[in-house]
Amino acid sequence: MTKTITDVICPFCGTLCDDLEVVVSDDGKHLLEVYNSCVIGTEKFLHSQAKDRITRPRLRQDDGSWKEISYDEAVEYSAQMLAKAKKPMMFGWSSTNCEAQSVGNEIAEISKACCDNTAATCHGTSLIAVQDIGLPSCTLGEIKNRADRIIFWGCNPAHAHPRHMSRYSIFPRGFFTGKGQMSRKLIVVDPRVTDTAKMADVHLQVEQGKDYELLDALRVAFKGEWLPDVVAGIPSEKIREAADLMKSGRFGIIFFGMGVTQSLGKNHNIDEAIAVTKDLNEYTKFSIMPMRGHYNVTGSGEVFAWQFGFPYSVDLTRGFARYNPGDTSTIDLLIRGELDAMFTIGSDPGAHFPISAVKPIANMPSVCVDPHLTPTSGVSKLHVPVAFNGVECGGNCYRMDNVPIDCRKVVEPPEGMLTDEQFLIKVRDRLKQLKGVA
Amino acid sequence: METITITMKNAPALYLEADNITPDTFAGKTAAQIAGLHVHEGNATSTLGKYFEVSGGAGATAADTKIVVKGDVSRVKYLGFKMSAGEMVIEGNADQYVGAWMKGGKILAKGNVTAFAGLAMKGGELTIEGNAGNYLGAAYRGDWRGMSGGRIVVNGNAGSDIGMYMLGGEIIVNGNVDVHLCTHAEGGKVIVKGNANSKVGGQMVDGQIIIFGSIDTMMPGFKPAGEVELEVEGVKAKFSHFIGDMGERHKKRKGQVIYANLYKKI
Amino acid sequence: MSEYLIKNGHVFDPVQGIKGDKKDIAINDGKIVDKVSSGAKVIDAKDKTVMAGAVEIHAHIAGPKVNLGRIYRPEDKLFSCTPTKGIERMGGGASIPTTFKTGYEYAKMGYTTAMEAAMPPLFSRHVHEEIRDTPIIDEAAFPVFGNNWFVLEYLKNQEIENTAAYCAWLLRATKGYAIKVVNPGGTEAWGWGLNCLSVNDPVPYFDITPAEIIKGLIEANEYLGLPHSMHIHPNNLGNPGCYQTTLDTLKIAQGIKPKNKFGRDQVMHLTHTQFHSYGGTNWGDFESKAKEITDYVNKNKNITIDTGNVTLDETTTMTADGPFEHHLTGLNHLKWANVDVELETAAGVVPYIYSPNISVCAIQWAIGLEIALMMKDPMRCYITTDHPNAGPFTRYPRVIKWLMSAKAREAQINAFKHKDKVLSQSSIGTIDRELSLYELAQMTRAGPAKSLGLSAMCGGLKPGMDADVAVYNFNPDKPVANPEDIEKAFSRCAAVFKSGVQVVSNGDIVSNGQKRTLWVDVKVKENPQVMRDINEKFIKYYSMTQNNYEALGHHFVPNPYAIEVDATQ
Repeated sequence: MTKTITDVICPFCGTLCDDLEVVVSDDGKHLLEVYNSCVIGTEKFLHSQAKDRITRPRLRQDDGSWKEISYDEAVEYSAQMLAKAKKPMMFGWSSTNCEAQSVGNEIAEISKACCDNTAATCHGTSLIAVQDIGLPSCTLGEIKNRADRIIFWGCNPAHAHPRHMSRYSIFPRGFFTGKGQMSRKLIVVDPRVTDTAKMADVHLQVEQGKDYELLDALRVAFKGEWLPDVVAGIPSEKIREAADLMKSGRFGIIFFGMGVTQSLGKNHNIDEAIAVTKDLNEYTKFSIMPMRGHYNVTGSGEVFAWQFGFPYSVDLTRGFARYNPGDTSTIDLLIRGELDAMFTIGSDPGAHFPISAVKPIANMPSVCVDPHLTPTSGVSKLHVPVAFNGVECGGNCYRMDNVPIDCRKVVEPPEGMLTDEQFLIKVRDRLKQLKGVA
Repeated sequence: METITITMKNAPALYLEADNITPDTFAGKTAAQIAGLHVHEGNATSTLGKYFEVSGGAGATAADTKIVVKGDVSRVKYLGFKMSAGEMVIEGNADQYVGAWMKGGKILAKGNVTAFAGLAMKGGELTIEGNAGNYLGAAYRGDWRGMSGGRIVVNGNAGSDIGMYMLGGEIIVNGNVDVHLCTHAEGGKVIVKGNANSKVGGQMVDGQIIIFGSIDTMMPGFKPAGEVELEVEGVKAKFSHFIGDMGERHKKRKGQVIYANLYKKI
Repeated sequence: MSEYLIKNGHVFDPVQGIKGDKKDIAINDGKIVDKVSSGAKVIDAKDKTVMAGAVEIHAHIAGPKVNLGRIYRPEDKLFSCTPTKGIERMGGGASIPTTFKTGYEYAKMGYTTAMEAAMPPLFSRHVHEEIRDTPIIDEAAFPVFGNNWFVLEYLKNQEIENTAAYCAWLLRATKGYAIKVVNPGGTEAWGWGLNCLSVNDPVPYFDITPAEIIKGLIEANEYLGLPHSMHIHPNNLGNPGCYQTTLDTLKIAQGIKPKNKFGRDQVMHLTHTQFHSYGGTNWGDFESKAKEITDYVNKNKNITIDTGNVTLDETTTMTADGPFEHHLTGLNHLKWANVDVELETAAGVVPYIYSPNISVCAIQWAIGLEIALMMKDPMRCYITTDHPNAGPFTRYPRVIKWLMSAKAREAQINAFKHKDKVLSQSSIGTIDRELSLYELAQMTRAGPAKSLGLSAMCGGLKPGMDADVAVYNFNPDKPVANPEDIEKAFSRCAAVFKSGVQVVSNGDIVSNGQKRTLWVDVKVKENPQVMRDINEKFIKYYSMTQNNYEALGHHFVPNPYAIEVDATQ
């Protein structure tokens, strides 16, 4: 027969929905159905059941073919690689749990490596902005219960965080927002007419690359000062109207994504958006929140920070922690030829990095820990499949608003397959032997 | 002044962190002692002598010490890091952090330098005959106290994020600059003889920017305030004057509101 | 190796009334014992000071706002990180240390137990992950209750039993230790950008006053008989004239008797009192009201306090008093972080520089010391810096130096740019009291342990208690030649034992120990109404399910120590 597991947490995106229900076979070995999830989350659970999964590590041979090896041999390759390298990078961490991230940190400290997570290509720039100007923010339940002005700036939750609007930001009837969608006004800022923009009360079609100017104009409008006729493709009357709409709310929130974090200006765009939020707190209550992508990139940032002091792009090569994106960030290190080994886990830089950063990975000792076949596993020398975190093993994760939720195991992994944490513990213990460390 | 010459003879496979190559660290040491100073290639610590030929002698103090750096140092970071006095001449291209956190003395980089040159500079002179990278004279991540003194001159072009959170000192770029000039600045003076890109003076509280060439896109927060005639580095010209950033907070001095000043040559 | 003999030291133990006598301290199997065998390892404590491990009653060292502080202040770690050294993991952070550094720095100063002062319940997993990763010291965390929607609604209806049942449920769900109250009502008002600046300002919508919240939570605390009392950060923190709000707050405890089986005598613990002792009407006429506050506390014995000493450093303020932090960034224009937490609380973070050249900062410094020196009962006044708000906890040795040496205080006063103002706006210049070592032991060990309801376990050297022992290179028989020697001696212990394991030797970490997480497990009568209310609010208003909120698995608290309380009457 079957059993239904409730309160399941979806391990895909930063929305970290925790109301899923998963139906599994009685023996816990087969996952049958997923309820309440969006299409992306459902697929995350269901494709763990694919019959053609790689279940054992594979090592690239000299002739380019793959040879299946044991986990012990994979541990040996990884530990040797990290022990010998002068500047290895341990990258990714965003699709695994905090317990594994913590073991990874131990390994990075022992091997004096660099470590980094996917914020490097995503919201790392938001973190730089937070470091420069701060962050007035809140938890997602505050939006549900209080917010009446919602701004999506440079993000498209209809596609990227499908249940965000129904769980938190537009539709829910919260304590002070009993009329649900009717009690809220939505502003979307995006050069494109996206599915999210189609829902907006106001769509500001900002000229690409000019978000910083538009944000500055909003701040000027709050103060009632002079503005040129058009800023960033938007007429100044429209800017003043948007400013008034923001000021007239009683609780507003700006959600933002790659449209501003990775376009011209990057961290400065976020910096100015945070400044807008800070200014609005002189008139009403306003917060701002990044739409984090991977379901536990936030967690990786938290664990790096409490153990090493910095949220990403951490350099431990001198025996203590240092941080300066541009110097310590993975893409720069790869392109400039600074690294001599690459250990990737819980992410796919092969798909997301510029090709000039991916090519060096193919030319150095490299490990890719991932249940999937990816462009990263394609260019790495060793591919180590592991259990799907959040599906086949549990572990703590942090939502886009930094709220920690302990993911559940709902189904058994394939026979004999290790979890990230188990593999990393073996690598750590072998590395300690090689380095003569207690 | 005593001169010590270091010449790259054995290029690193990766990059070198040479935070010991400064007059302050070399002062009072013989060539042999200098060759024994630590240098780092990733997590491997070695000595300067493994990579460089060291000749000459250092002065008794930093102020008496001149360092000439020869050979290919395009993979060497931190030359002149935190120096407080003395001189350094870098003959070729250098990498990141040239003169970062320097407090005094003179650095002449005859080639190009990459990012973070003159980071959080407090004093001294940094001259770059080639091009500079991004974050020239900027603040360290998270610090609202950026460059506070000293003078940086770049003969070529410079990159983005110049003078971020600047508090004092001067930066002169004879070529062009990229986006984000003087973001968040609260003092200091930046002169660009060439062209600027967009996002000039964003979130600026105080300080001066003088652009001789073009500005791609003006920040809406800079309000036209008439025309002035200025003498800048010996050149007299007429400039459009803008004050701002009108979206930002502003201070008062003797009852008057203080704005940052942006001048663009007419 | 589980037997130790700390020989010939000068012992200061208020629990047994030992005031510096030369005495041997014997340790076996994690506890203080009367005697050990000849096989015991001997620690030579000749000419040294021996005390129980110190107890930190209030610091912000683990959790979301602490980590937000770390994330947003890379400059706090620039050029000051420490490398990995043997078993000691790398560390960093001048005002907000990483978790490893936190454990090591406390241990090196002889601290063996620390309380995380404010845990937002929704984030309890995060707090416990950081506690787990803080080596050596036992820790506990205080969930915040003073702006919690359940508490506001129950207390509006004066339902003490329901309030108590909810508190018991929340302590269990979050593995929390005590009832912490921060800016009662005001932080809920901050959800709309508003605040409650006096004890009578009603909370928007919930229509309850801070005074009612405070009284109700004191009553709930005593109903349950918890080890610690209600622990409060009053309204109106940090504003000139706020001392009046503090007195109004303290008066609420009048006539209420403590009810517990833990030896606790107070019903209210007033925290970081320095920030709540300001007179004047603006920053120009700002003055100390330390005398008014300490006069009241001296007379009213059912109250304990901690000082919140300013250390004159660049530091980071962080507190659940969200509106205060917004106010502070308006004053100093430094980066402001804020997190409002649904149904529960908020937090704010802003860097702050306590410059000796600014008269207000210098007067704040004076106020913190006045409080410690004007309190008559050292068992009711504890030394803190509200880390990192008034300064980093690593400055405790410096605070101790100022408290033990009038000469050191005088030197600091003379170094102030506005010395005259400090002397006119406070009475620090008239105080020549110097704390004795015995009083220091009361204010940093026995006193806080008693206030926390832990007096049977720690804070003293009586046989049967945990073997938490600190040995300082400080000879009580030698007159102090230079006050700097006091600071030096208390910075690095000669030896520290935690639960009978030697963790520090000659200032170095020699073991990562086996720290415990203390929490309070209260049994109450079954209360179906409260369970239904909890159920309903999770379905309607929280953004997480109740099952997921309650899931605090073993991996978060690997070494729990539950203190059982039976409140079923």
